[in-house]
Amino acid sequence: MTLTEYIIQQIINALSLGSLYALVALGLSLIFGILRMTNFAHGDVMMIGAFATGLLSAAGVPLAIGLPTGIIAAAAAGLVIERVAYRPLRGAPDVTLLLTSLAVTYVIENLGILIFTASPRNFPIPGWLDLSFDFADGRVTVTAITALTLLLTLLSLIALGWFVSRTTAGLGMRAVAEDRIAAHLVGLNVNRLIAGAFGLASAFAGLAGVLWAAQAGVVDPQMGFTPLLKAFVASIIGGLGSTTGALLGGFLLGILEVFIVAFLPPEVGPYRDAIVFSLLIVFLLVRPAGLLNANREIKL
Amino acid sequence: MPNRVDAAMPLLAIENVAVNYGAVRALKGVSLELFSGEVIALLGTNGAGKSTLLRAISGLIRPSGGGIRFAGKAINLAPPLEIVRLGIAHCPEGRRVFGGLTVADNLRLGAATRKDSAGIRHDQERMAELFPILRQRWRQTANTMSGGEQQLLALARALMSSPRLLLLDEPTLGVAPLLSREIFKSLAALKRQGTTMLVVEQNMALALDLADRAYVLRTGEVVLSGSAGELRNDDRVAQAYLGGRG
Repeated sequence: MTLTEYIIQQIINALSLGSLYALVALGLSLIFGILRMTNFAHGDVMMIGAFATGLLSAAGVPLAIGLPTGIIAAAAAGLVIERVAYRPLRGAPDVTLLLTSLAVTYVIENLGILIFTASPRNFPIPGWLDLSFDFADGRVTVTAITALTLLLTLLSLIALGWFVSRTTAGLGMRAVAEDRIAAHLVGLNVNRLIAGAFGLASAFAGLAGVLWAAQAGVVDPQMGFTPLLKAFVASIIGGLGSTTGALLGGFLLGILEVFIVAFLPPEVGPYRDAIVFSLLIVFLLVRPAGLLNANREIKL
Repeated sequence: MPNRVDAAMPLLAIENVAVNYGAVRALKGVSLELFSGEVIALLGTNGAGKSTLLRAISGLIRPSGGGIRFAGKAINLAPPLEIVRLGIAHCPEGRRVFGGLTVADNLRLGAATRKDSAGIRHDQERMAELFPILRQRWRQTANTMSGGEQQLLALARALMSSPRLLLLDEPTLGVAPLLSREIFKSLAALKRQGTTMLVVEQNMALALDLADRAYVLRTGEVVLSGSAGELRNDDRVAQAYLGGRG
């Protein structure tokens, strides 16, 4: 295997991991943009999507039905969380919302443990997802699940881009994020748009959850924690509240993690997360507002 | 000119409206009538309650007492969305255009309560004619424009809902004097087309040139009202300004 092929292989791996971070970070960023809150329950929404698909798969339902169902289940969970936990707190201080989202996380995860136990269960995937395609005489391999991840991420991003720049609902969500008072004054249905943004962000989380579980092969009620943390980091790197920033941050983080393992000595591998978080601290010292900050007044 | 039916009944009737911000009484029972086709100026110093009154009309804040009727319908408990639908557009202080959105998209959202897409496109075109600078900036995001240009956009955005009543809060705040006069020329043109307006404005001379009548507010109360002509020569108006919050 030549170095070029090795690098190409690692880039493919990095894009695949980065896609998942980006999908989750995108949702976090959409919600942050509107409510000025990091929705820690976002990882649990992801888990709900993965569980819905996983349970259906285990019951023999094909992925073509299981995946959309998982996405819808996640979107529905997001809508319920917004309606029950966050909407009653509209106008409350930002930190109240933040603490509430932590509480929601505990409730969902513990309900999950109560119903499904904390131990991981098998996430069956159809045989075709295990196929892999070889290039350059087998020196570069793309698995079907990687290809599917990249394809679905790309399609989601295109659809989202179209939605927020061409439709009245999408423009309305951006308007609510920019200036809620002005959004009220032009007669936008602010509550409905906030709910819509939650549904949308949660659908992305659902998709990411299913893809994550398909790659890992297992689901458990606490599976959302790690991706949430990574996506949170990605959205900080990108600049909180900036969706483009979240995407950049997600892919950057994916590349960083894969390359640390791929190009540094094997003894360093276990310290991957420590290195990533150290780099984050350094990065925040240099650019406290992130790569592309939509809200300059927000710093961590 | 107001038509006969409307002349009999005010388009907007504010009766004894009170607003409290916590312990602060921002409005202490303000009454005001506005007839269709009329332009009324609200005068007074900062903190007199002018913006608060506009916010109460457009549903951003709920009055703690009194009544607001628009076209005969009580609106003091209605949400902003409903009030825009009924035909009141509020062009807020500080412009508050959607900075990250293009001029065209700002106008499109101004018509958020409307469903007639052909009519919306027609009105976008009308705004581009009324304010040629907007046509030049059509695909630019609003935050790339000067304060005065943003003010025109805010005005055009408010007009996009086809309002029967336009509430304007400090349309010349932070705008260069020359452009302030331009903005008031546009408002005069709107008035000639029959647009009913309630205008809050610091520049008394500009406001009284435009308005038919005016109300002077001081610490949450109407202390003076009358025709623009009368008030222009009334020393008490100047006193209300100079007197501060006394």
